[in-house]
Amino acid sequence: MFLDTSDIQAIWLTIRLASIVTAILLVVGTPVAWWLARSRSRWKGPISATVALPLVLPPSVLGFYLLLAMGPNGPLGHLTSALGIGALPFTFWGLVLASVFYSLPFMVQPLQNAFESIGDRPMEVAATLGASPLDTFFTVALPMALPGYLTASILTFAHTVGEFGVVLMIGGNIPGATRVASVQIYDHVEALEYAQAHRMAAVMLIFSFIVLLALYAWRPNARNLLRRG
Amino acid sequence: MKLSKLLFIFCSLLCITSVVQAAEVNVAVAANFTAPMKQIAAEFEKETGHKVVLAFGASGKFYAQIKNGAPFQLLLSADDEKPIQLVKDGLAVADSRFTYAIGTLVLWSAKPGFVDAKGEVLSKGHFNKIAIANPKLAPYGTAAIELLTKKGLLAAITTKFVQGENISQTFQFVSTGNAELGFVALSQVMKDGAITSGSAWIVPDSMHSPIRQDAVLLATGKDNIAAKSLLEYLKSVKAKKIIRSYGYES
Repeated sequence: MFLDTSDIQAIWLTIRLASIVTAILLVVGTPVAWWLARSRSRWKGPISATVALPLVLPPSVLGFYLLLAMGPNGPLGHLTSALGIGALPFTFWGLVLASVFYSLPFMVQPLQNAFESIGDRPMEVAATLGASPLDTFFTVALPMALPGYLTASILTFAHTVGEFGVVLMIGGNIPGATRVASVQIYDHVEALEYAQAHRMAAVMLIFSFIVLLALYAWRPNARNLLRRG
Repeated sequence: MKLSKLLFIFCSLLCITSVVQAAEVNVAVAANFTAPMKQIAAEFEKETGHKVVLAFGASGKFYAQIKNGAPFQLLLSADDEKPIQLVKDGLAVADSRFTYAIGTLVLWSAKPGFVDAKGEVLSKGHFNKIAIANPKLAPYGTAAIELLTKKGLLAAITTKFVQGENISQTFQFVSTGNAELGFVALSQVMKDGAITSGSAWIVPDSMHSPIRQDAVLLATGKDNIAAKSLLEYLKSVKAKKIIRSYGYES
């Protein structure tokens, strides 16, 4: 067998995590990106900076603060235990929440660019024709921003797959719940199981290359979408 | 112009002579031994004039780096496996390997009074999560598994395990309260011979095989005076006293 069952379990878990995070961020990222693209509020700067933070911060910083915030003595931990959900660290949904923060800029920034490049004109025309703002969004903006959505989804998915530092800090390495592919590879390397590490690393390498190749083949200027922030 | 040139030559000569007198050694140190090693290195530098450059990290990573030509002359591993393997690989000097410290396992909680003096909290099972170091990677994790197996508690507790990649991360899970208790190294919760905070049960060393931490002189350091004398220094009474004060045996 090329990969053993624990490797395959880790890969499936990673795919599940990345899919759920992408789905959540599509819903959460859209209003944020829309607002950032169209607002002239003085809050635009601080909000943009907050969204972009995970691009700059070391994952260990983010992971450490999430561990403290989601722990029993942290604000998020108080909230989740009051809601009867219990503590989030060491659970799959804890990873989901952390990844939503971590991958936020990879969703928001391409969407924001897509919305900005549409400009005001099509919206104004739609409004003149009597369309409500919500109507305008779904029938005009959304179809025009579709390429941006694809870019954003691919980047978010791929970035979540590649996540390591944050998962290490709040995951607890539980098989089937928080032991994702990157952690599994790390374990193999640390345990000197280089053959298994090589095999899994090869799978990740090929996957990442294909994803990026597809992205660039389809949108040669995708790189520019990430430039601003 | 001339004066500055002279000064430059003078300074260069000064540098060269100091290099000749005092050698430099690059040491890869297991993360759990960070605090005592800093102290030992400082004492050693003061006494010998050699310069010690310390790098702290996971032993498995150091092994991979050394195999690929990392510029270390000495390895202080968190186990005995990696030094043995390096000797087999021909990357370390066989007769230089020795146990510089023996780790003590402790069941620890950040909450005062949570862990009783006999560790009976384990069999009662009134806790949310128990943190252990990954037994595949860390000797402290292996020792914890041995203890739980011996007590017949392993099957009951496994579902409550959260694993740290190393003993530092395991400690972090417990100290932040995310796991109510966990198996950590005594050296992490002890300072000057006393438990610093929370509650703890020091696991008797008869309950698991010894947690040996071995040091080895790497092939790249076999002619390095500083590396060899630091290795000897680790066996000295003075170094042993420092090592013990951090909760290790030596």
